[in-house]
Amino acid sequence: MIKDFDNIIIKTVCRILTPFLQIFAFYVIAHGHYSPGGGFQGGCILGASFILLVIAHDINTVKKRMSEKLNTFLCSIGVMIYAGIGLLCLMLGANYLDYGILHTILPVDAVKARAMGTLGIEIGVGLTVMSVMVSIFLNIASGGKHEEGAPE
Amino acid sequence: MEFVIGKYNFWVYIVLMMIGFYAMIAKRNLVKKLVGMNIFQTAIILFFVSIASKKGGATIPILQKGMTINPSQYMNPLPHVLMLTAIVVMVSTFGVALALIMMIYKKYGTLEEDEILEIERNRK
Amino acid sequence: MKVFALMAVIITGAALIYSTFGMPDWGDADSPANTHVSPRYIEKSIEETATPNIVTSVLADYRGYDTLGETTVIFTAGIVCMLLLRNKKDD
Repeated sequence: MIKDFDNIIIKTVCRILTPFLQIFAFYVIAHGHYSPGGGFQGGCILGASFILLVIAHDINTVKKRMSEKLNTFLCSIGVMIYAGIGLLCLMLGANYLDYGILHTILPVDAVKARAMGTLGIEIGVGLTVMSVMVSIFLNIASGGKHEEGAPE
Repeated sequence: MEFVIGKYNFWVYIVLMMIGFYAMIAKRNLVKKLVGMNIFQTAIILFFVSIASKKGGATIPILQKGMTINPSQYMNPLPHVLMLTAIVVMVSTFGVALALIMMIYKKYGTLEEDEILEIERNRK
Repeated sequence: MKVFALMAVIITGAALIYSTFGMPDWGDADSPANTHVSPRYIEKSIEETATPNIVTSVLADYRGYDTLGETTVIFTAGIVCMLLLRNKKDD
């Protein structure tokens, strides 16, 4: 957020590092069944990659890649994926968030269907955590203005 | 001596928690109070995670392939789950509290509790 | 005033340290927390949910309703931050 901050080493390293951070975040979300990880942790890493871009470059770089509209949309779509999977189970005839019933629409047996439902809600949680982290950081760091310069 | 070795982890967390508690009730600056609250929550998280541990070669709660499942072999997963959600609530409360503090600073121009009360008293 | 705060902290800390005398030892495998419900999760996780990571299976499957509330909490926190701070133009 500091204006006259122009260091080519930091900018280049952060630009190269960001895609790898995001790939790693998706790995942590998707591989959460077999290793330490899951939606909360992967979402935090994904949000941190955007925050790194804000710190190294400036706020406009991030606003070009992730606009505020998209961010707010992802924030609510994550909760909707979660609640939607629960409602899907309800509509198929089981209890709310009882993923075992998903085997009627997925080509797996009932036990694997539970793992699939878990993966679906992890993705929803990851999306919400990522966009909430970015949104809170941008709002607090720029005083709610979403533009360059220190907040008054 | 055995008593100390068995219990000293709780004492460390209690000392950490009391540092946060003192910062919350004795400091006048709102940001310092917030930092105290974070230390308090960290102490509680460490306490719960230490409850989950088992002595005697227990590993993290991820089942390994081709081994018979013996509950004394893996740590207790339940406190880990509860603290995973507690950490997220901690981050959320921290963000909301920082936003409220920014609004207070915009309105009063200070973060010291006494000065805010003084301004409020003079307004009446 | 700081003396009162220090006294309150010391009294609370002493009470908490006194309460640890009744706690199980660190790493005790037979403590109530480690024997009540968690062996059930460890034994049944793989055959009921096909998820080797027990933390994930408890978080998202056995206690999925809890995590739904959790996600709603952080969603609400993000919206509250936006509502409190965001101003499009200088008023």
